[in-house]
Amino acid sequence: MSWTRITTAENVPLREGRNVQVGDREIAIFNLDGRFAAIDAACPHRGGPLCDGIVTSSAAPSLACGPLKGHAVVCPLHGWKIDLDTGNVLKPDVQVKVETYELRVKEGVIEVNIPEAASRGIAA
Amino acid sequence: MEQLVIIGNGMAGVSCLENILSHKKKFDITIFGDETHANYNRILLSSVLAGERSAEEITINGLEWYQKNSIGLRLGVRIIDVNTTIRTITGEDGSVTRYDKLIFATGSGAFIPPMDGVYRRNVFTFRSLDDTHGMLRVAATGKRAVVIGGGLLGLEAARGLQMQGCEVTVVHIVDTLMNNQLDSTAGEYVKRKMEELGITVMGGRRTAAILGRDEVEAVEFSSGERIPADLVVIAAGIRPNSDLARKAGIECGRGIIVNDFMETSDPRVFAVGECTEHRGEVFGLVAPLFEQGKVLAATITDNKAPTFEGWKPAAKLKVMGVDVFSAGEFLETAGTDVVRYEDLATGVYKKLLVRANRLVGCVLVGDASDSNRYMDWLRTNADLEVRRRNLLFPDPIADKGESIAEMPDSETVCGCMGVTKGRIIQAIHEDKICTMAQLKETTRATTGCGSCTSVCQGLLKAVSPDFEEDTKKVLCKCVPYTQDNLREIIQGQKIRSVQEVLDIYGDGTGCEICKPALSYLVDVVWCGDHDEDRSARFINDRVHANIQNDGTFSVVPRMRGGVTTPDELRRIANVADKYKVPLVKVTGSQRIDLLGVKKEDLPGVWADLGMPSGQAYAKGLRMVKTCVGTEFCRFGVQDAMGVGIELERRLENLFTPHKTKLGVTGCPRNCAEVTVKDIGLIGQDGSWQVVVGGAAGKHVRKADLLITVETTEEALDAAMLFFQYYRENGHYLERSYGFVERLGMEKIRKETVYAQAKEKKALLRRLQKSKALSSDAWLERKQPVNPTQFVQIQPLALPVYPVSLAALDTRIDTRMETREAVIQ
Repeated sequence: MSWTRITTAENVPLREGRNVQVGDREIAIFNLDGRFAAIDAACPHRGGPLCDGIVTSSAAPSLACGPLKGHAVVCPLHGWKIDLDTGNVLKPDVQVKVETYELRVKEGVIEVNIPEAASRGIAA
Repeated sequence: MEQLVIIGNGMAGVSCLENILSHKKKFDITIFGDETHANYNRILLSSVLAGERSAEEITINGLEWYQKNSIGLRLGVRIIDVNTTIRTITGEDGSVTRYDKLIFATGSGAFIPPMDGVYRRNVFTFRSLDDTHGMLRVAATGKRAVVIGGGLLGLEAARGLQMQGCEVTVVHIVDTLMNNQLDSTAGEYVKRKMEELGITVMGGRRTAAILGRDEVEAVEFSSGERIPADLVVIAAGIRPNSDLARKAGIECGRGIIVNDFMETSDPRVFAVGECTEHRGEVFGLVAPLFEQGKVLAATITDNKAPTFEGWKPAAKLKVMGVDVFSAGEFLETAGTDVVRYEDLATGVYKKLLVRANRLVGCVLVGDASDSNRYMDWLRTNADLEVRRRNLLFPDPIADKGESIAEMPDSETVCGCMGVTKGRIIQAIHEDKICTMAQLKETTRATTGCGSCTSVCQGLLKAVSPDFEEDTKKVLCKCVPYTQDNLREIIQGQKIRSVQEVLDIYGDGTGCEICKPALSYLVDVVWCGDHDEDRSARFINDRVHANIQNDGTFSVVPRMRGGVTTPDELRRIANVADKYKVPLVKVTGSQRIDLLGVKKEDLPGVWADLGMPSGQAYAKGLRMVKTCVGTEFCRFGVQDAMGVGIELERRLENLFTPHKTKLGVTGCPRNCAEVTVKDIGLIGQDGSWQVVVGGAAGKHVRKADLLITVETTEEALDAAMLFFQYYRENGHYLERSYGFVERLGMEKIRKETVYAQAKEKKALLRRLQKSKALSSDAWLERKQPVNPTQFVQIQPLALPVYPVSLAALDTRIDTRMETREAVIQ
């Protein structure tokens, strides 16, 4: 595991996602109003760019939800909905998930914790 | 509390149970089902087979319903013994349950005619979800399916299998299909219909054996004739499941014998549904079973009074495109008058049987739209003397309201669930129902085969005072207001951003449905003077290009009126070369599409093209298609190109509820096909016709005439008035054709071209304001809304692993370049 410095926080606009290539992994980073999340960039359905999706809530729509609810992203190609915290596919009902990554912001710079295997692309 | 036990978790048992729950008397209830599914709508199995519905969609009561009503549900348990002396039942799993009252709702099983080989693989009956799933596993394109039985169920199974791609043959023991409901002529009409659908029908054949080694391979008839088969469905009728009751000493004939109160020979035992025999009749259709359930519910809850007095048999075939309805008698007998209508060419056959001015039966093939009326005459034993001259032809009815008004309160609207017009009206008033969803929940009407939906909707519309208000769809669960409400809110509360709307009136987050819609609404309400939030826009409107199936984008530069120059074409060619554009295509809108462009290349492509955005990705003005017009054409009478280019200049860069395509054509030959455009101008000698609401996509619709005017300026004004009116009143994602139909041309004319000068001016002023605040989106290449709008982020540092230096060097180089791009 290794914390990798990615980019300054303001490079990921509020409620949007951005892609970054780290080693052999492409990761999508999202700015969720006060926190960030990182998941694999490709939609498990047909490889759509999740970073280009619209950010929504991971809970079913309800006015009862408070501000603490989780977030999800909707793939722009065919509308698959991916939980940004767990990586689970929320829509349609399939048992598939994408990788999620630990993320922290240090001195204004987003850092992502990449598992060792991610280095293969570079080390080879 | 008394222990009530129900054996059977099918439609009859559960429907009876629903009725019991509506009474005061309470029981401790346990229900046993030998299937492992919760209660589902067995009548709709054929639509599951046909792939029209999923298994979940035909569920009537999900598990939560049982929990909510504290009903003990035991699924997958077959009851093997009933002891009426000590009042217990024993399950296959060894469980023993005591009862105070017991209801048999064991239904019926498939009747399997004597033949060899019925236990071979891929031989099915058609009674349950498991049967259906089994068939779906085998059914596939090119598989040969043989359905034994040409009755209601057999024909539905045949059509379902055919929808799955099978080559289907229906084998029937006599020549007349559905011979329990139809006379031979009607049977012949149905046969022709089935054959037109591509289903082979073989009548007059008794199946002797199902042949094959392990799996079925062929079906053999008593004549010795054989046909090949990969899959066989036996649908030769049903048999009441009465063995358990018979073994327990309860009086049985073909079914469990019940009296008019649904009581059996044992005072503590009752029966309902297809397992019963009442006055010598057994039942195979759903409506009488619901009636039985109501009666039994009254009997068992100490309200014994209502009686079940039999049922006029009625059957409706649920096969798409084959309307068949039969009720009451269907064969001519002495003393019966026959009223008949036949048209072989259209496949319509209607026959009414009348005795002493009373309808005693009817058969409808090819058009069953009058079935409700006939059913009502049958049930009420209506005196038809005054109508004898036009029994088959109802008095012409001016509108739907009247036909609904004509219906008596006692008339059954939903035959599947046994819901009358009176019950629906009562529910609308007492339960303040104003939506179809509420109506379904409260009365269960339309939840069976669904064929009564339009009548129910009509009733709701006619009766409910709040109908209009409540059927207007709310935008989304995240912001539960109609779009019209939201426009008022945005304007009245002076809200200028999507996030504010969501924070104040919604769930604070929004979703992919409401965010783009709200983005549109704040833009149009404030004429572009809003706080633009790109995160609420679909990706196309964030990067001004249309996302493709591989995540790349398509680029369509604006080419007003479809007119271009050699210089533009050269630049397009150079861009295609320089950026290695994989596909260059001429679009249907007289423009050129560059497909497969990477997001990070977009600003460069736009700069090198030096042309404005064609908005081919946006819900907005796309283009104005033109013909050559007076410029070169021998026939042109108006300057189509010039006017088209001008119109495009006036409206470009604006958003609309959905994409908007325009056209201007220079003579009535209409080479620019403007009658299928959202707005079209048709040049005539000395005038212009302005047409709106045309479409040539999923829907094809000829545009309606908005107005005819003499001058070009008037024509442009009319187009702009409609354009802005559509922007302000259309629902997001509503194309102009739907908009025109929803509002009606009269209203639209009245509020646009025929409006008072003051109102017209106001519309045009708002359009002008929006126009003034709009700009070519591709100029964002110079001033991106954020530094990474088009640029891919590169990591500041690479992971600290032992890496080869060479690889690291190249990574750093690319990073540096990109960093520069970001800074610029």
